[in-house]
Amino acid sequence: MTQPHATDDDRTGDPGESWDLRLYVTGQSPKSLRAAENLRRTCEEHLAGRYTIEVVDLLENPRLAADDQILAVPTVVRKLPQPIRKIVGDLSDTDRVLVGLQLRPQRSTGT
Amino acid sequence: MENANLTDLTDSSVEPGLARAPTGITGLDQIIGGGLPQGRVTLVAGSAGAGKTLLGLQFLVAGARERGEPGVLVTFEESAAKVADNVRSLGFDLDGLQRDGMLVILSFQVNPTEIVAAGEFDFEPLFASLGEAIGRVGAKRVVLDTIEVLFGVFGDDSIVRAELSRLARWLEDRGVTAIVTGERGDKTLTRTGIEEYVSDCVIVLDHRVREGISTRRLRVIKYRGSAHGTNEYPFYISPRGFVVLPITSITLDYGAPEERISTGIARLDHMLGGGVYRSSAILVSGTAGTGKTSLGASLVDAACQRGERVLWVLFEESPEQVLRNMRSIGLDLRPWVDAGLLRIWAARPAAFGLETHLALLAQLIDETGPSLAVLDGIDSFSHGSSASDVTSMMARQLDLLKARGITILATALDHGGETSMMDVSSLVDVWLLLRNVESNGERNRLLFVLKSRGTAHSNQVREFVLTGHGIELIDVSVGPAGVLTGSARLAQQAAERDAEVRRIDELGQQRREVRRSISEREAHLATLQHELAREREELGQIDLREHHQAADADADQLAMATQRWADAAHNDGGNR
Repeated sequence: MTQPHATDDDRTGDPGESWDLRLYVTGQSPKSLRAAENLRRTCEEHLAGRYTIEVVDLLENPRLAADDQILAVPTVVRKLPQPIRKIVGDLSDTDRVLVGLQLRPQRSTGT
Repeated sequence: MENANLTDLTDSSVEPGLARAPTGITGLDQIIGGGLPQGRVTLVAGSAGAGKTLLGLQFLVAGARERGEPGVLVTFEESAAKVADNVRSLGFDLDGLQRDGMLVILSFQVNPTEIVAAGEFDFEPLFASLGEAIGRVGAKRVVLDTIEVLFGVFGDDSIVRAELSRLARWLEDRGVTAIVTGERGDKTLTRTGIEEYVSDCVIVLDHRVREGISTRRLRVIKYRGSAHGTNEYPFYISPRGFVVLPITSITLDYGAPEERISTGIARLDHMLGGGVYRSSAILVSGTAGTGKTSLGASLVDAACQRGERVLWVLFEESPEQVLRNMRSIGLDLRPWVDAGLLRIWAARPAAFGLETHLALLAQLIDETGPSLAVLDGIDSFSHGSSASDVTSMMARQLDLLKARGITILATALDHGGETSMMDVSSLVDVWLLLRNVESNGERNRLLFVLKSRGTAHSNQVREFVLTGHGIELIDVSVGPAGVLTGSARLAQQAAERDAEVRRIDELGQQRREVRRSISEREAHLATLQHELAREREELGQIDLREHHQAADADADQLAMATQRWADAAHNDGGNR
């Protein structure tokens, strides 16, 4: 993947926009817990005060998987801002998470 | 080794202990001994458009409809609605099956541009939703189409691999019979090597286009613990779904009826020892214009007269054309068409691939239920197909028909020489050859019986004459210059007739002469006998006269002796 850079849909610079995120997990697996933790940390760093995270456990309602088109877990879906983005994995790779959320990493957005 | 091969070819029966889940696909179940390995995962590999999805769907639909086994389809490529639309024309009512709780369709569309991979993951949602769906309808069958799209999307393909391997085991643990489909790879069976996890049964589908005609083939690469046909089998997608063509080489177990049926040509029946056996295969080959179609029409007419149904497939002419042409030789077949006994179907061989032709034939047979099928112009299949393909198709056509007890007559154009139709001729029971012979400025037709299995048959050549009242076979004249036909035969026959008349005349003459001679001699004989009798009478009179004279002499002597007082004894002695 290319290094993240400013694009047309780079929304980081809009401080008034709210981020609506949903994290899909299956039960309390280590991967799920890790993903939740990583997501929260990243959001605090880049989107403090303007994000919501809804955690959905697919084991509680397996039919949601097909309805929401979730094949793998953990998956974060950026429902807002549009367009919808999906990030799959335990979110341990922060750079990839930022790419997936289309958030400019701190070091390139700074100064 | 030989034994193993033999088993492969002859024993397609189900092995004990290995339960099968029938696919409901004609032909395929035969090849794999009854069905897919029950409770196992089967891989169906093939290129795009090869028919993988359809095979899977038919497996689910057949299970639901015919065996009351609910199923789950997981599709990774299309929406549930689109899948249902695609197969509606085949009569697969997926919506209805879903309403009836016999089918669940789970659609996961994987869009790589929308997904970013960021760390470890698993396919637990797939397991969870599949598990929920299986439990909801009590599914016995599962199809995953095509799981390979999962590769290259989530970043780490080694995780995908591990998850798919886990999925295969998970499916087996649930006791469902599953099909996973995979894209054909260049060097491997599938593009991503999923055959490594799915190793109980592997079926490969192939779709080739040669000279604009498509041919689909199916091959069972692997069927663990079971004999299976290893050949490539053509298949087609008929209006009712996936059909693998009946197997030719595995079994030859159709019955052999003793009943003979008429060809509609009395003398031909006689040449064949009383007609052809019912459900035998007859090949009529000949050069152009030798009357092949007419011979076929004669059988058609004879069968319809017996009140039997007939399917007549024309590969070169239109039905109207043939009906008109046959009327000119006194075979009016239209009443049979009107009565619903005769179904005529015309199709250009180049219009479809070989397997599609077979599909149509199978469908026509199902619809018509004929006792006789006439295939007119099978040679035209050789365009754009290899000889072995054509032979293989012909074998399957003949099997398809024979297995149903249908008598077959196939006509084929050859270009002179007995060998050109050899490939097909080994498949048939009776082979009639028609030839044009040219002499004295005219062409005449000859019929030979080259082969007739199971019957004593005439080795003689007959002249084949198309008259205004049907076909007639006439003895040919064998003259000093060889076989004579047409006007030469007529001339020869006239000459023979003249000679015969002359011969009869000569005999009469001879007879008359001899008779005359006999009567002459009889007359002569009578004269001789008359003379003989007269001479005998004369002889008797001479004797009588001599006797009288002797008596007279004695009397005279006595008188004289008495006169001379002579001594009788002295006188007596003196006389001797």
